[in-house]
Amino acid sequence: MTILSPHEFYSDPAWHGFSGKAVPKPGAAERTARPLTPRRLGPGGHLFGPVLVLAIWELASLTGLLSPRLLAAPSTAVVTGYDLMIDGVLQQHFLASAERAYLGLAIGVALGLILALIAGLTRLGEATIDGLVQIKRAIPTLALIPLAILWLGIGETMKIALIVTSVLVPVYINTHAALRGIDLRYVELARTVGLSRAQFIRRVALPGALPGFFTGLRLAVTMCWTALVVLEQINTTEGIGYLMNRARDYGQTDVIVVGLVVYAVLGLVSDSAVRWWERRALAYRKVIGS
Amino acid sequence: MTLLRLETTESIARPVAVALDGLARGFGRRPILDGITLSIRAGEFVALIGRSGSGKSTLLRALARLDDDAERSGSLDVPAKSSVLFQDARLLPWARVLDNVMLGLQASDARTRALKLLADVGLAGREAAWPETLSGGEKQRVALARSLAQAPELLLADEPFGALDALTRLRMHALLFQLIGKYKPTVLLVTHDVDEALTLADRVLVMEDGRIVLDRTVDLPHPRRASDGRHENLRRSLLAALGVYA
Repeated sequence: MTILSPHEFYSDPAWHGFSGKAVPKPGAAERTARPLTPRRLGPGGHLFGPVLVLAIWELASLTGLLSPRLLAAPSTAVVTGYDLMIDGVLQQHFLASAERAYLGLAIGVALGLILALIAGLTRLGEATIDGLVQIKRAIPTLALIPLAILWLGIGETMKIALIVTSVLVPVYINTHAALRGIDLRYVELARTVGLSRAQFIRRVALPGALPGFFTGLRLAVTMCWTALVVLEQINTTEGIGYLMNRARDYGQTDVIVVGLVVYAVLGLVSDSAVRWWERRALAYRKVIGS
Repeated sequence: MTLLRLETTESIARPVAVALDGLARGFGRRPILDGITLSIRAGEFVALIGRSGSGKSTLLRALARLDDDAERSGSLDVPAKSSVLFQDARLLPWARVLDNVMLGLQASDARTRALKLLADVGLAGREAAWPETLSGGEKQRVALARSLAQAPELLLADEPFGALDALTRLRMHALLFQLIGKYKPTVLLVTHDVDEALTLADRVLVMEDGRIVLDRTVDLPHPRRASDGRHENLRRSLLAALGVYA
C-alpha cells in the first residue's frame, strides 16, 4: 500500500475522470411514487377542522336542531361580541382579567426561574427547594383556594398569589430538568479550557437550560388563564370569568361563547408570542428544525 | 517495564514536559493503567496507539486531569497549560464559532487571538456561523483553533479525526502538522490508525493491557512516504505489536 501526501492525492489525474454526472435515460417515463408519509399541509391547512365544526354548528342552529338555550349560534355570538365591544364592556372585563393573569404570570415565571436556578446549581438549594416544589406540584392549585382565602382574603392578592403558585411549577420543573440534564461532555470541555464556576454558569449552564425554560413558559402562559376562570367566580365584578358566570345566571349562551372565544384567542396569541421569542432566543436551533 | 530508547542530540537538549512514574488508574477493581513510566520532552509529537480497551484514552484523560472518579497511584507531572482536542468537536451549539474559540480565554487580546487562529485553520469569515451549520471537518477545525487558542504547552488529542471521512482526515493531518510546527506545543495524539501515527509523530507508543509495550522513535523526514523502506519496516513492527501481521 502506498500513501500519497494530501497534495499528491488531490492532483492525481485519476480523480478527474470521476466527473460524477448522471446521464438521464432517454424515454424513461417519470413515475411518481406513492408517498409513504402524508404531504405537508399548506398554510392555513390547520383551519380546516375548526371551520368544519363552525359550519356544522351554524347549520344546526339555523335548522333549530340546536336550541339557543343550550348553545347560541356562532353568528349570534359574533353580533353579541360586537355589541359588547361597542359598549366597551368587553374591553373593561378583558383588561381586568389580563391584568390579573399577566401580573401573576410575570411574578410566577420569575419565581419559578429563580427557584430552578438555585435548585439546579447548588446542593443546598436542591435539597431545600426541589422536594417542596414536587409536593406543590402534586396539589392542584384550586385545592389551595380555601386556605388562600383564609390567609389573603377574597381580594386581588389571593387571586394573583394562586396564579403565581400554579404558574411557577411548570417553569421550575422544565428549567430545573434542563439544568440537571446538561451534557457532561460540555462540563468536561469547560474544565479543560479552565472556566470558572461563574463563567460555566453563564456560558454553558444557562444557555443549555434555555430550551427547558421556554417549554415551561409555554405551559405557563396558558395555565395562567386556566386558573383565572375559576378564580374569577370569587368576589369579582370584573373579568371575563365574571362575565361568563353572570351570563350563565341569565341563560345568555351567546355571552358565554364570546367569553370562550376570548380565552381561545388569548391562549393562541400568548403561545405564538412565546414561540416567536423562543425562535429568536434559540436561533442556533433553526438549522436543526428546518 | 522500562524501555531503552536512542535519543537524538536535539531531543536530549530539550526539557522534559511530561513525566509519569508508575502511573496507575483503575475503576472499581479493574486496573486500566498498570504502572506507566514515561517521559515526553517539550515539543515532542508523540502518537499513542493501541487496540480498543488498551487504556490509551484513560492515559490521555489522566494527563488532562479528567479522571476524578478513578482510583489512582503513581506520580504525574504535566504542564499547567494543556488543552484537549476531543473526538467529537464538542462545540457549544448556542455559541457562534468565534465565541467557541474564545471560550475560556481571559486576556484582553482574546478576540484578536481567536480570529488569528480561525484564519490559521482556514475559517476566516465564518466567525458568526452557528456550529450546526458547519460540516464535520469544519467543526473539528474550529475545535483545533479553540485548543490552540489556549496557548497550550501540551496538546492532548483523543482520536480527533476518527469521525471524519478519509479525504477530510488527510487534509486535517496536513493542517495539524502545519499548525503544530507553527505553535510548537508538546503533542500526545491518541489514535488507532498506524498510518496516521507514522505520518505525524516523532515517536510512537503502543499500549496493551494498560502498559506501554513498544516505544519507537520515527526518525524519518517530512513529508513521510510509505514507499520509504524504513517507513514500511516501522509500520510492520507497529502492526505486529498490535497483533496484526500483514
